[in-house]
Amino acid sequence: MRFPFTARNLLIAAVIALLVLLPVYTALSGNAFFLTLFTRILILALAATSLNLIMGYGGMVSFGHAVYLGIGGYGIGILAFEGISSGFLQWPLAILVSALFALVIGALSLRTRGVYFIMITLALAQMVYYAGVSLSRYGADDGLTINRRSQFSGLIDLSNRTVFYYLCLALLLGTVYLVWRLINSRFGLVIRGAKSNERRMRSIGFPTYRYRLVCFVVAGAICGLAGALLANFTNFISPAMMHWTRSGDLIVMVVLGGMGSVFGPTVGAVALLVLEETLPFLIGKLGFPLFGESAARAAEYWQIVLGPMLLAIALFARGGIVGLLTRTGRD
Amino acid sequence: MGLLFIEQCLNGLQFGLLLFLLAAGLTLVFGIMDLVNLAHGSLYMLGAYFAATFAALTDSFLLGVVLGLAATLVVGMAVEVVAMRRLYGRDHLDHVLGTFGLILFFNELVRLVWGPAGMSLIPPAWLNRSIEILPGVPYSAYRLSIIVVSLAVALLLYLLVMRTRIGMLIRAGASNREMVGALGVNINLLYTLVFGIGATLAGLAGIMQAQIQTAYVGMGENVLIVALVVIIIGGIGSIRGALVASIFVGLIDTVGRAFLPDMLKLVLSPAAASTAGPALSSMLIYILMVAVLVLRPGGLFPAAGR
Amino acid sequence: MTEPLLKIQGLCKRFGGVVATDDITLDIPEGELHAVIGPNGAGKTTLVSQLAGELTPDAGRILLGGTDVTSMPVWRRSLLGTARSFQITSLFPEFTARDNVALAAQAHAGHSFHFWKDARRETALRDTAHAALSRVGMGDRADVRVSRLSHGEHRQIEIAMALATRPRLLLLDEPMAGLGSSEAAGMLALLRALKRQYTIVLIEHDMEAVFALADRISVLVYGRVIATGAPEAIRANTQVREAYLGENSVAGAGDA
Repeated sequence: MRFPFTARNLLIAAVIALLVLLPVYTALSGNAFFLTLFTRILILALAATSLNLIMGYGGMVSFGHAVYLGIGGYGIGILAFEGISSGFLQWPLAILVSALFALVIGALSLRTRGVYFIMITLALAQMVYYAGVSLSRYGADDGLTINRRSQFSGLIDLSNRTVFYYLCLALLLGTVYLVWRLINSRFGLVIRGAKSNERRMRSIGFPTYRYRLVCFVVAGAICGLAGALLANFTNFISPAMMHWTRSGDLIVMVVLGGMGSVFGPTVGAVALLVLEETLPFLIGKLGFPLFGESAARAAEYWQIVLGPMLLAIALFARGGIVGLLTRTGRD
Repeated sequence: MGLLFIEQCLNGLQFGLLLFLLAAGLTLVFGIMDLVNLAHGSLYMLGAYFAATFAALTDSFLLGVVLGLAATLVVGMAVEVVAMRRLYGRDHLDHVLGTFGLILFFNELVRLVWGPAGMSLIPPAWLNRSIEILPGVPYSAYRLSIIVVSLAVALLLYLLVMRTRIGMLIRAGASNREMVGALGVNINLLYTLVFGIGATLAGLAGIMQAQIQTAYVGMGENVLIVALVVIIIGGIGSIRGALVASIFVGLIDTVGRAFLPDMLKLVLSPAAASTAGPALSSMLIYILMVAVLVLRPGGLFPAAGR
Repeated sequence: MTEPLLKIQGLCKRFGGVVATDDITLDIPEGELHAVIGPNGAGKTTLVSQLAGELTPDAGRILLGGTDVTSMPVWRRSLLGTARSFQITSLFPEFTARDNVALAAQAHAGHSFHFWKDARRETALRDTAHAALSRVGMGDRADVRVSRLSHGEHRQIEIAMALATRPRLLLLDEPMAGLGSSEAAGMLALLRALKRQYTIVLIEHDMEAVFALADRISVLVYGRVIATGAPEAIRANTQVREAYLGENSVAGAGDA
């Protein structure tokens, strides 16, 4: 394994260094805002990493991936509501149920290809969303507050912000490493081959459906873990976690960072959420000298800038941020 | 019960035809340009806002509707020229990402221009009443007008596609793009036109819906997903499939919501039925979609050559 | 011993009103190189697709080594020893030549539910791939990405991938299509070397190559086998000559 000093690797190293050292900065400055923001970023990066596994490497464009965030979250929330707060029970169950849902959704949607696949994952996710809305015992539309975070019998204290942050970071880095091993394993080559040319894969002897399905389930399980983290982080679950626009956000993170790169989704998650925080501010600051008060008002409508940006990314920057750097770094 | 059932069936038909207006544009654009347009719901929303605005400005309901449709047509064609045209021939993922961006853009734009509160379009008195469609069965004239208008539009669309030169090109374009180009037809213009027609149909659906509920930011998204379900069931690219599937979906959804909870009470305890009822009835159309896919992965009317 | 490796019995396939395969019955013994020729649109590729399993016949049976494979999916037939090269190159362009061929070997070396070990370090797969690439004369180009290789090299990798699945039956769909004359000569030499070692069904438009290589030839016209026999017999067959001459005047209408 060699890690040459390309712009791409430098960026990744910088992002990791930033993520590792962030709590030190917040401890010194006493400003916990960044710690909260970046905990959220790490959790969503974990979800985006799982989506990248099926979308970037497997070519399965799932438009319903946020469903597993919701299911993982509801796994925690419902158990906590029913008085079971042991993380050793909650977390495996949340992951297992997410995997089961992925198994059913995948088994149905992987029978189709291309645009049908996109639409069916979207529609099935919407169906689960409505199921969440109708869970009146668990808050229906309004959601459910979690009074007590998962308990790990004193081993890990989730109520400590820094501990929680580092747990998320460790899980993210561990998952990225796992995905990296996975995509270079026999299994990974089958998944990537099926993305590239499924017909040929079948003709050289691979029953591609079952490999794709397993990949879909693995991604669902990882995203379920992210959902478990998210529920603990916000102390709250609601159907909004699995709304289809959440799934859209995850796709944006993956594409923005760069598909087919194990660290791309992390870079994309950082980029999107930092953009979300700074764009309103920038619009206000830059627009004020030009347009006065109306610019300040426009700041709250920052998505009016984000929208066309996404369109531009779709049109001009397919490799995402990591892809851009790779191109300039290599050829 | 009988009366209620007839009324709910009519409501279902009306909802289904509304869905058809949305789904027709979606399925046309997909069939001909091979484009997944998630922002189709935004045009639905814009149609409603435009009509409400123009109706208020001109003080005339009909003028408001006509101007609203024209404005939606213009916006739709502009969107095609500025954005969509560059997305043809690209990966479906690019379509998803790009049009998702457009949704964010249009939602914020509407919020910026019209404010976060909704906007209502009030039907004129001659529509805002109920008429007796059968002896002893009153029904909203307004909903009835939706049924009539949608059926008329469906017929017009059929005539346009099956009987005119443009329709011939549209059908040819859906099955063989290169051939239409080879005929020396200005394919760019044809695409802009098709997209504009789809946008106008979506706008019309939005206008009609805005009188039942109000127009609000994001109104297009949830109905868009239902329209996607419709075109999956009908077979992507098939207008006939879209018509059949949208009526199916409209009826099942509406009638299901009205009667399923009561029917469940027959087999479940009242408590269980009151929880399962709403859940199950909002999931009905998705269950239908899954069933169709398992039996016929290409939809009810798979378009030729796809 | 006398049991043929491939038995085709009464095979039929229609597309709408067009009969693409019309009651074909053919026995191909182990070790034979059997060429299928015929004008464009005669249904040659349709036949190969049914033998490979991509198309399911409307009627008839296909037996491979005595096993009925008629309704088996493509991948299962591959595991039973049917390998196919595609008329239009069908590879994994973003992988290297060696990765492409190693993937074919991997499909036949146990299941692929290994999630951790680096597959590119599995020496058995890499060696098999290298041997297959060397066999087709691509040993020194193994680590070049496929998207950067030439059309002729793609054709060679197609064959190498088929070989890496250790097949009993090779279905070669126009392996010489689009090759320059020196490349074609190389491919001819390769096919000659593969003959006898594998049972081969060859579709080819290059008649010189076909008559030089084939043990037997079947002539397909409108989905029907009008003649089967040794090259000399086919050359002398008046029916074949008529069919070809008749077709030549309208050649170019439609394709395989």
